[in-house]
Amino acid sequence: MYPITLTHYLAAGAFLFAMGVVACIARRNAVGILIGIELILNAANVNLVAFARYWNNLDGEVFAIIVIILAACEAAVALAIIINLFRGFGTVEVDYASKLKE
Amino acid sequence: MSPEIVQAVIFYFLAAMLVVSCAIVVFSHSIVNACFALLFTLLAVAGFYALLGADFLAVTQVVVYVGGILVLLLFGILLTSPLPIVLGVATRRTYYLAVAAGAAVFAMLMIIVRAFWAGQPAVPEQQSTLEALGMLLLGKYLFPFEFASLTLLAALIGAAYLVRRNDR
Repeated sequence: MYPITLTHYLAAGAFLFAMGVVACIARRNAVGILIGIELILNAANVNLVAFARYWNNLDGEVFAIIVIILAACEAAVALAIIINLFRGFGTVEVDYASKLKE
Repeated sequence: MSPEIVQAVIFYFLAAMLVVSCAIVVFSHSIVNACFALLFTLLAVAGFYALLGADFLAVTQVVVYVGGILVLLLFGILLTSPLPIVLGVATRRTYYLAVAAGAAVFAMLMIIVRAFWAGQPAVPEQQSTLEALGMLLLGKYLFPFEFASLTLLAALIGAAYLVRRNDR
């Protein structure tokens, strides 16, 4: 169980990733799917930082910072799209918003 | 108590927090509850960063995710949810399929992790990463860093353009 090794962090990352996948599939609300994507990005970041620490190489942390920047971009654009979706369809349930253009 | 035991206790505390809050995020029926549980998930991840010696990233995680993205998500819910606010969950069948898919992904990742990186030994304590990280960001990784900031600017302008009301 202890000392804590790289495997522990990778297991936490794998759990986070799997939960993100479940959220993306099971959620019908577009915001819920966005939350699932954030979980997946966080899982990737946990792995990057864990490898950076255990191989004593900071390149992984730089990559994690860039992933955080891109996650912020993605959240902003996705929420703009979701708000437009709501204006167009009156709902953000993805099952009802299946048309591209009427 | 030796540092290893303290580290293990903190790790398992954060892991328990992660598992519980993640379960609420994924399975809660109210999207507002899911959003607030996401706060604890993100804080647990920030705790992992701190435990891994990535001080700058831990602070960045709290500032960007908790202070930025989470508030943005709550605004998104506020602007798009009809009352009462419920989080639609798929039909039972899709739901079980989703959980099965998640379990399969987790099992696959764990097999890979155990096969390649089982029991990597701990490394000695390291210094603050701030200085080295700054040198890397403005040296070796200057172009990706600047490009990421340009992407952020473009994304923000694009998002503002997308949500503007075109009733003029």
